[in-house]
Amino acid sequence: MTRQPRLAFLFAGLVLLVLGLGLASLLIGPARLGIGQSLAALFGHGPEMLQLVMRELRLPRALLGALVGAALGMSGAVMQGFLRNPLAEPGLIGTSASAALGAVLAIQTGIAAAFPLGLPLAALAGALVSVMLVLALAGPQGGALALILSGIAISALAGAATSLVLNLSPNPFAANEIIFWMLGSLADRSMLHVWIALPFMVVGAGLLLTTGRGLDALTLGEDAAAASGIDLRQLRLVLVTGTAALIGGATAVAGAIGFVGLVVPHILRRAVGARPSALIPASALGGAAMVLAADIAVRVVAPTRDLKLGVLTALIGAPFFLHLILKTRRSGA
Amino acid sequence: MKLLVLSGLTCDQGRRRVLDGIDLTIRAGEFVGLLGRNGAGKTTLLRAAQGLIPAGGWSSLADMPAHERARMAAFMPQGREIAWPMSVESLVALGRIAHPDAAGAADLAATERAIAALDLGALRHRPATGLSGGEQARALIARALAQETSLLLADEPISGLDPAAQIRVMRLFAALAKDGKGVVASLHDLGLAARHCTRLVLLEQGRIVADGAPSKVLSARNLAQCFGITAQMTQTADGLSFQVQDVTEPH
Repeated sequence: MTRQPRLAFLFAGLVLLVLGLGLASLLIGPARLGIGQSLAALFGHGPEMLQLVMRELRLPRALLGALVGAALGMSGAVMQGFLRNPLAEPGLIGTSASAALGAVLAIQTGIAAAFPLGLPLAALAGALVSVMLVLALAGPQGGALALILSGIAISALAGAATSLVLNLSPNPFAANEIIFWMLGSLADRSMLHVWIALPFMVVGAGLLLTTGRGLDALTLGEDAAAASGIDLRQLRLVLVTGTAALIGGATAVAGAIGFVGLVVPHILRRAVGARPSALIPASALGGAAMVLAADIAVRVVAPTRDLKLGVLTALIGAPFFLHLILKTRRSGA
Repeated sequence: MKLLVLSGLTCDQGRRRVLDGIDLTIRAGEFVGLLGRNGAGKTTLLRAAQGLIPAGGWSSLADMPAHERARMAAFMPQGREIAWPMSVESLVALGRIAHPDAAGAADLAATERAIAALDLGALRHRPATGLSGGEQARALIARALAQETSLLLADEPISGLDPAAQIRVMRLFAALAKDGKGVVASLHDLGLAARHCTRLVLLEQGRIVADGAPSKVLSARNLAQCFGITAQMTQTADGLSFQVQDVTEPH
């Protein structure tokens, strides 16, 4: 088996990449600080102001970048594996649109301004409602088609409701805030945001990491998987709740960040030998690296303009995705 | 030893009765060819027997918990779906998913045996999605073999294979039966079925119309009634020789 050492190299490389980008994210910012000074401040030495910048601004931003990216990459890999479709992405089951609706309602009603946890909690509530609706709509069987259809229906409904809120918003400032929030960003987040997202991310990741065996079996179709002893109903339940926890948590603290969940599994599929089970942890690491890199880029490219993270991931992601399609077309079909 | 018992197995799709009271027992040592024209209910029988679709009546396999069933029976579905460009070796190893508690060495040995049995050594590092249809079928048969179950259910395993590969697969299944396992395969090639199967089961409109030794099941009357063909069958030194002659009814 020549595959195992190659996989080990890949994972080691990805871990180093995430650590390197995490460090870069800590060291890059508007306050130009020396490397030694910054790291000292991170561990509680040096001027108090500096400590505050490192521990309350840069550390949560780097941590959230890694967490949100890992959540997006991992749930993208699982969703593609379950639907056996490389075009699937975590937003398909309607969680991100519903979480966004929750957040938008919190901004519109003023809950978000009234207390800091209002927005993320409302987003999580939106995600929870969408999961229950999707599971109820998709019915008791374990099939993929019913799940996609109900996810699309709920996404469309949540999107329409979000538009309605914007449409009827009497307050232009709230409408403005909503639009900017929906573009997705990691700027000005605190450790509080990390503590809100972390439990959902841990639970979601724990759930999705157990789906590897079932997703491998699904490579050969639903009948073959069921005949291999996979309980498809249970697999779907674990997948929907795990994805919703990850995407709900990520959207609650960072807004909607597109293309990461779609592109990252694509890039890494060949490298892991196309095994869905190996793609799950690889995409978690790859997603973390991609969001950290994009979040560094928004700070370096336009430090004064508050370029939104979600805008950048889509700007890079879409052409890259086109490139992948062209490459696939040339090699296959 | 009984490997599979079906009693009164019935399956409806919409208002149509696709399977109608199937009683069937498969024992160790049997290589059963499941015959019948398109739409006779062969695929439905194989799926319903494993509890993959809702069905009435009783099936010993469908009655088992999923993880036990996966160690009792392996299934090669008719739709030869391979979603991802994984290597042939990894694809064959998917058969080991049914044995989550097995040691790595046992998994590796079973995978290697299956690769050798289907002569896939030269293809093992190729992406399975890039293979020809017949090569994919061989890889999928190897996947089912790697599951190492006492019963193998295969839905049209040899369609699309070249003649030599068809014969090799039929011989392989016959050898599995001789080793004390059981094989049920739906087949359209009556000549290969006559020569290699130990027993044939003939389906017509969801019912079993004939069940027994190949020479008995492939009678002129059954062939005319279920397939609308005439054929010549002779007993040779190497087994039955079966040659389709003509259609009986003009369509």
